[in-house]
Amino acid sequence: MIIQQVSVFLENKSGRLVEVTQALADAGVNISALSIAETSDYGVLRCVVSHPQKAVELLRARHFSVSLTDVVCMAAPNQPGALNRALKILAEAGISVEYMYAFAIGDRALVVIRTDNIKDTISALQHHKVDLLKSSELYQV
Amino acid sequence: MIWNEKCECMPRDELTALQTRRLQATVKRVYEKVPFYRRKMDELGVKPQDIKSIRDIRHLPMTTKQDLRDNYPFGLFSSPMSEIVRLHASSGTTGKPTVVGYAREDIELWADVMARTLCSAGGTEHDIIQISYGYGLFTGGLGVHYGAEKLGATAIPVSGGNTQRQIQILQDFGPTLLACTPSYSLFLAEALAERGIHPGDLKLKAAVLGAEPWTENMRAAIEKNLGIRAIDIYGLSEIIGPGVASECWEQKGLHINEDHFYPEIIDPVTLEVLEPGQHGELVFTTITKQGMPLLRYRTRDLTSLITGACPCGRTTVRMHKCQGRSDDMLIIRGVNVFPSQIESVLLEMSETHPHYLLIIDRVNNLDQLTLQVEVDAQFFSDEIKQLEALSRRIKHSVESTLGLSVNVRLVEPQTIERSEGKARRVIDNRKLS
Repeated sequence: MIIQQVSVFLENKSGRLVEVTQALADAGVNISALSIAETSDYGVLRCVVSHPQKAVELLRARHFSVSLTDVVCMAAPNQPGALNRALKILAEAGISVEYMYAFAIGDRALVVIRTDNIKDTISALQHHKVDLLKSSELYQV
Repeated sequence: MIWNEKCECMPRDELTALQTRRLQATVKRVYEKVPFYRRKMDELGVKPQDIKSIRDIRHLPMTTKQDLRDNYPFGLFSSPMSEIVRLHASSGTTGKPTVVGYAREDIELWADVMARTLCSAGGTEHDIIQISYGYGLFTGGLGVHYGAEKLGATAIPVSGGNTQRQIQILQDFGPTLLACTPSYSLFLAEALAERGIHPGDLKLKAAVLGAEPWTENMRAAIEKNLGIRAIDIYGLSEIIGPGVASECWEQKGLHINEDHFYPEIIDPVTLEVLEPGQHGELVFTTITKQGMPLLRYRTRDLTSLITGACPCGRTTVRMHKCQGRSDDMLIIRGVNVFPSQIESVLLEMSETHPHYLLIIDRVNNLDQLTLQVEVDAQFFSDEIKQLEALSRRIKHSVESTLGLSVNVRLVEPQTIERSEGKARRVIDNRKLS
């Protein structure tokens, strides 16, 4: 249930995102989900891709600072209260959310979550029957 | 106006004889009391009695900043601690400062040479001196302070910073002399202009400026913007602090107080002694100091000496304004900075060698430091709060090591330019030469 997210350090310079996406495109790596956290000088690109290990290698070869981060991806019904329910489960289990990014379309909402304890996150959510995506499902999205 | 006419205008042959006697006494003193010098002299096969004239100084061993570090903190003192009445220190390259100890006689002679300096800038007992050099371990503030009191002038120990207070004192106390770094005097001029205060409404007539490199262009700007004469002064804590050399009203080179500090110019590579007029590294021997006399201390400052009479009447040799360094030391806001200091801070925080670039800009006449650090695998975290904590940690460590504020910027790996595999560590945009 653990998803390996690729994280990349990017300076706030025009064209950097183009370089990353170009490198992934040239290698046939597909991006399933993506988010950027930014400060005034730099940002961190976080993405879920079809071939995480390959993405890391090819970006390192291009001198990017890259790391793999364990995240989970849950699928919730696209309706009011669904996210709230999941977050309550985490709060009750004493788990802190570091960051998350989400998108909903049709009848499903997909939420990528990074917490301070991924293993506990998975067991808490599974215990309450929250639907978690397997890496095999997500990498092929 | 000459403070100590007997010493400053001494006929050359008398001065040479005095220097010889003083050097002989100093060499004897350090040979007997400082194991470091005894060992160095023994290695060179020189005995105190071999020093027959001041010209024999070239047979003596040299002293470097590294020697001071190796003997940290008090190893080069030639007086027992019971006779040392004050310590000063300057920032070091590996976290350890360079320490200097003063005996009571040293404090006296320091006050005298600083009184000479202030006098040569037109100071008398009727003057009020605003001392905006930092007070503390740095020699600037207290050095000028004792000179001002010796002169009989009125010292205002305002110390550095707090521009609003500086301006209030300039307006209300009516100082006629200002002592600070050249860049700070320009900064003050600008701050006055911003507040609509005309320099003509102040009583300032001159400033004694030193502790950092500056150019003739800066001098012209300071003199114009403050409506004063800007006098260049030179000193370093290892020798005494401010008071080693100073321009007179003629502004034709800095008169060296060579009855206390004997200058030589050497080739920094071959260490060969050069003739007057030739450009090289300035070396000083303190020939009267008791607490910590130094033989042939390599200042790393590059300049040349001017012999011959000065219209002011002083007979002492003069030095040109320093034109660079023979090492990689930078002087930023009066503080000595070596790139290796930053390197050691970063090394303490990481396992491998991080790439960095120090950029120095002069913004509104004040030096600003920006440190770029490459975020390589060991530093990278995908959490912004970790990266911000890293940047704060670097900032804090660098600031506490250098004693200067610095902006830290995290940059991508491989973005700092490398030439032939070696990274360029410093970009100095101040255009000082």
